[in-house]
Amino acid sequence: MIPVECYFALSALLFFIGVYGFVTRRNLIAMLISVELVLNAVDINFAAINRLLYPNGMEGMFMTLFVIGVAAAESAVAIAIIINVYRNFRSDSVDSITNMKG
Amino acid sequence: MIYELSFLILLLPLLSFIVLGLAGMKMQHKTAGLIGTCSLGLVTILSYWTAFVYFSADRVNDVYQTIVPYNFTWLPLGNLHFDMGVLLDPISVMMLIVISTVSLMVHIYSFGYMHGEKGFQRYYAFLSLFTMSMLGLVLATNIFQMYMFWELVGVSSYLLIGFYYPLKPAIAASKKAFIVTRFADMFFLVGILTFGYFTDSFNFSFIENIQYGAGVQEFIPGNMAKAVAAGGFILPTALVLMFIGGAGKSAMFPLHIWLPDAMEGPTPVSALIHAATMVVAGVFQIARMFPLWIQYAPEAMSIVVWVGVITAFYAAAVACAQSDIKRVLAFSTISQIAFMMVALGVSLPGHHGAILDNHAQLGYMAGMFHLFTHAMFKACLFLGAGCIIHAVHSNEMALMGGLRKYMPITHITFLISCLAIAGIPFFSGFSSKDEIITACMQYSPVVGWIMTGIAAMTAFYMFRLYYGIFWGTENKEAHAHHTPHEAPLTMTIPLIVLCVITVGVGVYSTIAGFAGWGGSFGSFVSAAGSDYTIHFNLQIAATSTVIAILSICLATYIYKGESQPIADRLYKTFPKLHRAAYKRFYQDEIWQYVTHRIIFRCISKPIAWFDRHVVDGTFNFMAWGANEAGESLRPWQSGDVRQYAVWFLTGSVALTLILLAL
Repeated sequence: MIPVECYFALSALLFFIGVYGFVTRRNLIAMLISVELVLNAVDINFAAINRLLYPNGMEGMFMTLFVIGVAAAESAVAIAIIINVYRNFRSDSVDSITNMKG
Repeated sequence: MIYELSFLILLLPLLSFIVLGLAGMKMQHKTAGLIGTCSLGLVTILSYWTAFVYFSADRVNDVYQTIVPYNFTWLPLGNLHFDMGVLLDPISVMMLIVISTVSLMVHIYSFGYMHGEKGFQRYYAFLSLFTMSMLGLVLATNIFQMYMFWELVGVSSYLLIGFYYPLKPAIAASKKAFIVTRFADMFFLVGILTFGYFTDSFNFSFIENIQYGAGVQEFIPGNMAKAVAAGGFILPTALVLMFIGGAGKSAMFPLHIWLPDAMEGPTPVSALIHAATMVVAGVFQIARMFPLWIQYAPEAMSIVVWVGVITAFYAAAVACAQSDIKRVLAFSTISQIAFMMVALGVSLPGHHGAILDNHAQLGYMAGMFHLFTHAMFKACLFLGAGCIIHAVHSNEMALMGGLRKYMPITHITFLISCLAIAGIPFFSGFSSKDEIITACMQYSPVVGWIMTGIAAMTAFYMFRLYYGIFWGTENKEAHAHHTPHEAPLTMTIPLIVLCVITVGVGVYSTIAGFAGWGGSFGSFVSAAGSDYTIHFNLQIAATSTVIAILSICLATYIYKGESQPIADRLYKTFPKLHRAAYKRFYQDEIWQYVTHRIIFRCISKPIAWFDRHVVDGTFNFMAWGANEAGESLRPWQSGDVRQYAVWFLTGSVALTLILLAL
């Protein structure tokens, strides 16, 4: 049986890879993928902790499914925005859409 | 109910104002004038009918009943409420007759006087507005309604004085009239609110619904003695504050400065507003509050007396030196209104426990009587002056002289009115002025003799005016290109009507006063409301008649001739006095100095500085601070998502560490 720490380690690794990608990449699509990684890290945590603490309960699993659903909707919206950004700015770089700054 | 048509008295002029004001410019001059005059004719008929019904009704307990055909709560405010309605009592019915008669005469007269003027329709619209407001003022059921119409009267006066608005003096005069009376009305309002706060009522007599004690006790709970003291002090204060408002409207010294300038308006307006009706509003107000004055502030009435005496003397002195005929009449009006004020003021508390007493308060009847007679003959004098100005195209006495040949009707009516104001028996002014002097003599012989002296001055300056216009040297140069002519019929008929009233009232009241008949003015209006038969005091009547005749003779001696050597010599002997009187004893300059040099410079300027720099400065500083904070926070919003993410991450990590440390 895989010890639960391995799940936490994987989750933490995925989370920081996602954050690193979000902060360093300029491509909007790459940033979106990074966000998905962060969400997946959270999903793994939910599932692992549910199994560890409440083996008879399913709330953590449901939450995982819920997050996956929200993530799907979020990426649909984000891709729609990205397409529009591309049409307007002819660019998929995040630096090109800074004209809403104060 | 027989008085149910009384609301039409207010509604008809209002309707005519609305119609003429909105659609007047699309009408012919004649149509607009006819609409105004016809509606006023109906109002006059209704007023006379109301007066007839009212005075022919039976007295209850020897007194004409106060009738309130309409009254509704317009604005409820807890205990207090502002009502609107119609109140009929002897003085308001008497005022109905005065206002509607003079107003109708002015409407008819204006057909001739304002013929072909630009803004003819506007003129008639404003006349209707004024008439409505003045009628509302006298018919008010409570002080607050009176105040509202009081202000409306002020507005219509402002509009009519500034009728010739392209002319600078007219605008200045209308502003001056409005600001001075408004300044006085501020005291009136404070008086009303004080009165309402302490008595929980805006009624003219709160004796009926006495909540006075309760109101004062609430203010100082549990201390009855203090409450009564506060009440005893507050009521006279409120009444005196209201009197200041009345003094402003009635042009009492030193608030009289607006009235002479108000002569810039069309002459019929001066006749209606600044001689017969609006300027007596202050007198009417005191008469309205008379039971309160007598019961709660009899001592404060001496203020009214002395303000009146000073004004009467001052205005008479100034009138002797003016050269503009309308100014002479304006100062004469001020002086005569002061007579009415004095008459009301010299009333004494009644004997034998009765608060209102016809003999002790003879002045009330005398003042109201003088109001009535003065309205008629002064309107006639002003309208006559209008005819003269119409003929000569100037207000200056120097351009007149010898007009009696050209204008016989104006001459005769002017002479009759002069005799009336001078106080010659068988003319209306005699009876009323005689009663005033009798009342003054009762109060104090000093006041009585001063008023007799002022009556003599009245006779003198009126005949100086009369001789200056109709006798003396004709100014051939001024008349060379344009011979003066008698005014048209529309202008002379009102003169004749007003003269007939003056003579009719005069003859009857003089005979009745000597013979002791009833049915004279005292039978209708008196302090206690009961029938009062006027008896002249022979000694006083004889004295004042002799003095009036002597001053007329003096004026005749000085001013009747072709040249006036005595007047010239007097002028050369006292040039400074003449100049001071001509300049109205520098009252305008004093006001100018007080307002501009003292109030504006020492009070208004520092306040303005405080407002600009301290009050505005505080808010400007706050705005500046918010602006600066925003400017310095602005770069934080870079638009760079990744930077936000770093900050967010840093924050989250920091928070986590803090929570872990805790």
